[in-house]
Amino acid sequence: MLNTLWLIPILPFAGFLLNGLFGKRLGKGFVTAVALLASLGAAVAGTIAVVQYHAAYPTGGLHLNLVYNWIASGSIGADISFQLDPLSVVMLMVVTWVGFLIHLYSVGYMAHEDGYGRYFAYLNLFLAEMLVLILGSSYLLMFVGWEGVGLCSYLLIGFYYQTDYAPAAGKKAFIVNRIGDFGFLVAMFLMFAYFGSVDFAKVSSIAAAGGVEHWLLTAICLLLFLGAVGKSAQIPLYVWLPDAMAGPTPVSALIHAATMVTAGVYMVVRSNALFRLAPGAMMVVALIGALTALFAATIGIRQWDIKKVLAYSTVSQLGFMFIGVGVGAFTAGIFHLITHAFFKACLFLGSGSVIHAMSGEQDMRKMGGLKSKIPITYWTFAIATYAIAGFPPFAGFFSKDEILASALNNPYFPKPFSWLIWSLGTVAAFCTAYYMYRLVYLTFFGNFRGTHEQEHHLHESPASMTIPLIILAALSAVGGALLGWPHHHFLAAWLKPIFPEIGGAPEAQYEISPNIEYALMLVSSAIAVIGWWIARTRFRDRGLEADDQFARNMPAVARGMENKWYVDEAYGATIVRPLEGLSQFLWRGIDALIDGTLAIVGYIVAAIGDLLRFFQTGNVRNYALMFFLGVIVFIWVLA
Amino acid sequence: MTHTLLPVLIMMLIAVVVGVVMLALAWFVGGHARTASKQEPYESGVPSLDENRKRVNVRFYQIAMLFILFDIEAAFLYPWAVIYREASTGAQGMFLFGEMLVFIVLLAVGYVYVWKKKAFDF
Amino acid sequence: MNWNDMIYILPEVILTIGASAMLLVPVTGGRGAKLSAKWMMIILLAITAGALIYCSHAVENIDQSRQLQAMFALDGFSIFFKLLFIGAIAMLVMLSEDFLAEGKYSPWEYYSLLGFALCGMMFMASGVHLITIYIGLELLSLSSYILAGFYKSELKSTEAAMKYFILGAVSSAILLYGISLIYGVCGSLNLLDIAAAMSTIVTNDALMFGIMLLGAGLCFKIAAVPFHVWTPDVYEGAPTPIAAFLSTGSKAAAFAIFARIFYTGLHDFHLEWNYVLATISALSMIIGNLAAITQDNVKRMLGYSSIAHAGYVLLGVISLNALGLRGILMYSVVYVFANLGIWATVLMLRRHQYAGERVDDFEGLSRRSPLWAFAMVIFLLSLGGIPPTAGFIGKYFLFAAAVQAGFGWLAVIAVLMSAVSMFYYLRLVVAMYLREGVEAEFAITTPLRIVAGICLVVTLALGIVPSSLIDQAVLSSSHVAAHAALTPHAGR
Repeated sequence: MLNTLWLIPILPFAGFLLNGLFGKRLGKGFVTAVALLASLGAAVAGTIAVVQYHAAYPTGGLHLNLVYNWIASGSIGADISFQLDPLSVVMLMVVTWVGFLIHLYSVGYMAHEDGYGRYFAYLNLFLAEMLVLILGSSYLLMFVGWEGVGLCSYLLIGFYYQTDYAPAAGKKAFIVNRIGDFGFLVAMFLMFAYFGSVDFAKVSSIAAAGGVEHWLLTAICLLLFLGAVGKSAQIPLYVWLPDAMAGPTPVSALIHAATMVTAGVYMVVRSNALFRLAPGAMMVVALIGALTALFAATIGIRQWDIKKVLAYSTVSQLGFMFIGVGVGAFTAGIFHLITHAFFKACLFLGSGSVIHAMSGEQDMRKMGGLKSKIPITYWTFAIATYAIAGFPPFAGFFSKDEILASALNNPYFPKPFSWLIWSLGTVAAFCTAYYMYRLVYLTFFGNFRGTHEQEHHLHESPASMTIPLIILAALSAVGGALLGWPHHHFLAAWLKPIFPEIGGAPEAQYEISPNIEYALMLVSSAIAVIGWWIARTRFRDRGLEADDQFARNMPAVARGMENKWYVDEAYGATIVRPLEGLSQFLWRGIDALIDGTLAIVGYIVAAIGDLLRFFQTGNVRNYALMFFLGVIVFIWVLA
Repeated sequence: MTHTLLPVLIMMLIAVVVGVVMLALAWFVGGHARTASKQEPYESGVPSLDENRKRVNVRFYQIAMLFILFDIEAAFLYPWAVIYREASTGAQGMFLFGEMLVFIVLLAVGYVYVWKKKAFDF
Repeated sequence: MNWNDMIYILPEVILTIGASAMLLVPVTGGRGAKLSAKWMMIILLAITAGALIYCSHAVENIDQSRQLQAMFALDGFSIFFKLLFIGAIAMLVMLSEDFLAEGKYSPWEYYSLLGFALCGMMFMASGVHLITIYIGLELLSLSSYILAGFYKSELKSTEAAMKYFILGAVSSAILLYGISLIYGVCGSLNLLDIAAAMSTIVTNDALMFGIMLLGAGLCFKIAAVPFHVWTPDVYEGAPTPIAAFLSTGSKAAAFAIFARIFYTGLHDFHLEWNYVLATISALSMIIGNLAAITQDNVKRMLGYSSIAHAGYVLLGVISLNALGLRGILMYSVVYVFANLGIWATVLMLRRHQYAGERVDDFEGLSRRSPLWAFAMVIFLLSLGGIPPTAGFIGKYFLFAAAVQAGFGWLAVIAVLMSAVSMFYYLRLVVAMYLREGVEAEFAITTPLRIVAGICLVVTLALGIVPSSLIDQAVLSSSHVAAHAALTPHAGR
């Protein structure tokens, strides 16, 4: 398996081809079988590869599997080559197995939807591209996957194409991501120009060897981070992710929570050698992460669409991961990525189960009292909520606590900055607990607020949906303790080999003194409990009244939160419309404005003397005039 | 570069100024008596028979264009003849002769085409 | 010079004879007129391609820059482009069948004009002498003017042809003026002689003037800003297969002479012209891409997009290094195939009163023909430069060449603008996948299917396994590159 790593992404790709080309003709049974086999195949093949890898490289070396030489020409070259190292292994396991669970869940969730074959074809394609992204051994191959997952994400967001908003949301996602991709591409060209290679191993060894100019490292890191900001929905490019909820719920779980959006975090960790040498860039990463974490969390407080709350929560949690990698706690970032994949996938799938039970209703104001009607969903959802809110000993507690502890005790930044990051993160953690329990109480407690018909139809989801929920809930409960018990940190030991020794840069895995750590643990737990308690007193019995009261007391804040702080509107006014205007202007400018001005000039000239009217035959004349003006300008420039 | 072309620019300016000045002088100094016969184009003193801006049959242009085409291409034969005279010995001569033959054949193809297209018919 | 030298231009001779014969078939009547014009043309192209390959083997060991009185070179560079041209024209012949069947125009004349245009393109690719290049260009242009106006009864088509002709004539005049100035200074029109003469000149206003005029004329042919204004109008008005021809084959030929002239002839004045061309390139990328965003007419959109692509290709000229030349060769191939695929789709949608011209007409394509929609996505991604399609490989080389030559800022603009270009390519994808279209039958005919299939396979294959193209480009460009890039500013 180790020398045929390419088989892992090929399997789901084959699934995509089969389902895409024949799915419609061969029916649902065929589609289900192909899609599940393809994703399970990838998961099993991945697991076999990991076992073999561990046997072959007990110390966690780098395994390269060259498929073929992709681009080779003089000074530039790139290979199609896959790699396994401790980081890829972690990502591989998360992506394939969570991916398989969500495929399984989709079978139940999508059973009654049109476009069943299309859905699974895209989902398989996504899995294939994601695997290319995490297994590729160079930035170039990573970029291939990066674009591929973007395309699939966009196609899946727009899955319900009959609606108005879904295609628009898909397009928005793609376009916003292109801004990030621009950063990624330029970073890649810089690496090529100055390092002569875009292989992870080579780039990282060149950087680690020292001697690379500081501005260059900072520029590359910031540009890479721009890519990550787009893909991982950070300020200011996060706007696409909440809209992306227009897609089917399992897609939100897989792509927009568990895997694709964490690609940015993966990329930063993958580039740790560069980032550690560019503290300025790390400062930006940490600050953006912290601001995003808090900002998105405040928006989450006053959303009524159950998926929107989770979407903002995802943005916020991604912010936490960037705090982690930004303060140099790369392990903690990856740790949170894993636990987040568990609990957020569980939450999204749970919300999908709720929506399924509610016959498609997503508005929490129409829910309430679902606890007894859909018990499995409720219990799994509750466990995942404990995890995200950071209750010990659930998974989120360990990872979030490690991030916040590192934020306060990192060797990179001056103390005041560390305090700033920590406090932003802590407030965000408080908000997280608060909005998550608000969601739980509004949805599962109180009286049912929907229509009579919806109440009549309430039912627990089929087994293909509840089994993934149970597995993910179990992982959310114990995953954190298993992977990263403080000072017996399995993940830290496992990931150690991916951080090269760099002279002049701090250790990638730094120790935090136990006393501080335990103190901070107490603080974290207390914050989770307070958040929960406030939400409980406000929403458990009174339901929506509490929200109304909030809106009465602080109308401006409430309106701001409800309207997502008007960021979309601001972008519309400052970027989208001027850009459209510019395009119009250039088009009209070339076809008409210049025509027009020249025509005006023409009229003036004509008014001066009828002599020149001779030339006024149509606008070809203007084109020709422009042509001459162009020539004259260039000659003038030259002279 | 500016200085080398400056005289040209000055020259152009002078040309424009002279033209404008002459027209302006004629305009201001001369009288303005607009009579019907003054507005007519000058036809050697003979009164015009009808509208002078009438449409000409497109075939007229067609014939004119075809004439120019074949005429100019035929004029090509002269320089060739001069060179041929100088180098008309042996293989080189045959080659030159052949080349002109090719040229004429190509011309003939075009000729046959326009003929068969009835471009010469009225 | 003697008859034996004719071996170099044997393919062109065959093509001329064939095209002339095809011109005469319909007017002379007889049995010939009953044959299928399309198949005759395909056979003619096949013979030409065969002759080309035969000749390229026959003349392998001759100093290729001195063939036919130093006017014509049958080198790797020209063979590369000629084969591309023949392929492109062959696909255009397939594309044109339905269009010709619909209108009542004679296919024989149409194909014959395409043949003459191809002949011009082949001379352009081989020209190492400004006169050869100019004659080839004129042959191509004159044929193109007529083809653009081929819908004689259609007002738009006539208008397009008229505009194209007048502006084209102006640009030819400018080009010719530039050529004459260069001749005046350098005393020769052979590109190598020009280069040799230039290496002894430090600065000369008339020469600079000539280079600029030559550059402006060439920029018109590749439709670079500010000499681009005709492009959208002409693409919109011209019959769709001809718009396809103008934006692919004809443009690739202009890329070829652009590269040849600047790499072989004018490289010594690199420092003088590169910033001017860099400005043109930046403007083309910016204006082309931004103006395309608001276009609702696909043909106009493709027109603006082709302006932007001219800007990308100029990167290869500006960088003046081996990488850039390879980039031009590869990008020409990549661009031709992706673009032809898109035009095939536009033609397929064309049936009902110019249907395929609007973005809305693409709606729902993914449900009616999933494979075709998928192919279309691949073409669009290729034009947008997204891996693993061929477009990415082409752009990678061009951008890398620019970075290597110290034009990092230009590469940044190029990357940014390729990102912007996805905005409007995406509009078509949105229409195809995320909108419900009206239930109308598409005219998916076999020739269109073949063309789209070929384009799809090529675009994907060159993206995934590009090594064969890269190797070919390296091989084909080595001769031209040897004259220029490896010894920049040698005499200065």
